[in-house]
Amino acid sequence: MPSPRYWREIPARYRLEAARCGGCGAILYPVRRICPACRGETFSPVKLSRRGKVITSTVIHAAPTEFQMEAPYAMAVVETPEGARLMVQVADCDLEEVVPGTEVTLEFRRIRKEGKGGILCYGHKAVPVR
Amino acid sequence: MAGIVGYGAFIPRNRIKTEEIARQWGKDPVAVRRGLLLEEKSVPGLDEDTITISVEAGRAALERAGIDPQRVGALYIGSESHPYAVKPSGTVVAEALGVGPEVHVADFEFACKAGTEAMFVALSLVESGRVEYALAIGADTSQGAPNDALEYSASAGGAAYLFGPRELLADVVETYSYTTDTPDFWRREGEFYPRHTGRFTGEPAYFRHVSTAARAILERAGLRPADFRYAVFHMPNGKFPLSVGAELGFTRQQLEPGWVVPTMGNTYSGSSPTGLAAALDVADPGDLVLITSFGSGAGSDAFVLRATELLLERRSRAPTVRSMLEGKRRYLTYGQYAKYREKILLNE
Repeated sequence: MPSPRYWREIPARYRLEAARCGGCGAILYPVRRICPACRGETFSPVKLSRRGKVITSTVIHAAPTEFQMEAPYAMAVVETPEGARLMVQVADCDLEEVVPGTEVTLEFRRIRKEGKGGILCYGHKAVPVR
Repeated sequence: MAGIVGYGAFIPRNRIKTEEIARQWGKDPVAVRRGLLLEEKSVPGLDEDTITISVEAGRAALERAGIDPQRVGALYIGSESHPYAVKPSGTVVAEALGVGPEVHVADFEFACKAGTEAMFVALSLVESGRVEYALAIGADTSQGAPNDALEYSASAGGAAYLFGPRELLADVVETYSYTTDTPDFWRREGEFYPRHTGRFTGEPAYFRHVSTAARAILERAGLRPADFRYAVFHMPNGKFPLSVGAELGFTRQQLEPGWVVPTMGNTYSGSSPTGLAAALDVADPGDLVLITSFGSGAGSDAFVLRATELLLERRSRAPTVRSMLEGKRRYLTYGQYAKYREKILLNE
């Protein structure tokens, strides 16, 4: 991901900033200009809780080059109490414990390095609560 | 009167046992454990660094303070493992915490005392009235060369202290700093691992600076060791803080709550600040706490703190240090540890 795009996504990636649609109340994460549910264009800011539960998950064995050191690792769709759904990597876990319904917290982690000399990209990963 | 309005710590969940490292290098595990008084140490995951540890510790400090992050006017991070050589860790941490952009940010470096250095400056800015709140963080993913004595202790973690003018969890009663040019431990530009001078790191470096700073702050404050409930000294291994504490006249009961090194390791800039957080986790209102850091090169910062009534109410808002040391952990083999610490050469 080029640096300018990463930079634009900082509010969503670092602070989990989302939006609530003024028309239908849907939670949008990341924030959009037009609500995909009702095409509304007015939104109020919402900060997502740093916790949620796993809706579905999978285990990546054949990882992209820059994630090979971490394989095998779990990816999950996590729903926060506000109703937002995030696709996140799951860290500090046994792969078998990541199943639908698993309670997780969202922790600040380094997501990737842009090669050997590029920028470091940060965001959130899920960690099962035990 | 300025003081601590919030504090928090973060310790990664990976651990490696002292025995596992000793076995790798053909050392006697029992002798190493007994010599250094170390059971295990924390290890950062592939996705953890000084920035991620600082964010988690900073969030805990802000939760305990219950203030709007926008009121934080200064943010300083002390570490000797800032992920970038050029680009401050504090920029990422401030954005993640919702601090700024109207904020003064800097990264500090002074071997293992960079965290208390940040605390010293943050406190002073609040005392001067220049800023309302200032956040100081000490965090590290410490480096130790393979098959060096440091490898048994160099670990990962950190603690954050938010200083403010009111609703204090702990008053700052006194501060003191002591610095000399003592070449006991260093890392030159471009070198991967730090180097040290073996036994020279003890007597003229650690013991001289820590005991001088501790004696001086007691004299300034007009206090004796027996007046304190807890005392925390920098923890390069298990032995040094117990020795210097005993030499100064502190009992094992005063030292043990903040003596987190046997199961955490030495988190360098995070070491004594995390020990202080562990002491605040159990302190009662009115208790006096002494913290004395040590940074090679060399210097010591000392603080005398007094816990307030509010501490009891606020500390349950974030996890305690002991809950992180004794909670969910994952034990690594030396091979996994070498991979996690990126000690294995790979093709590009």
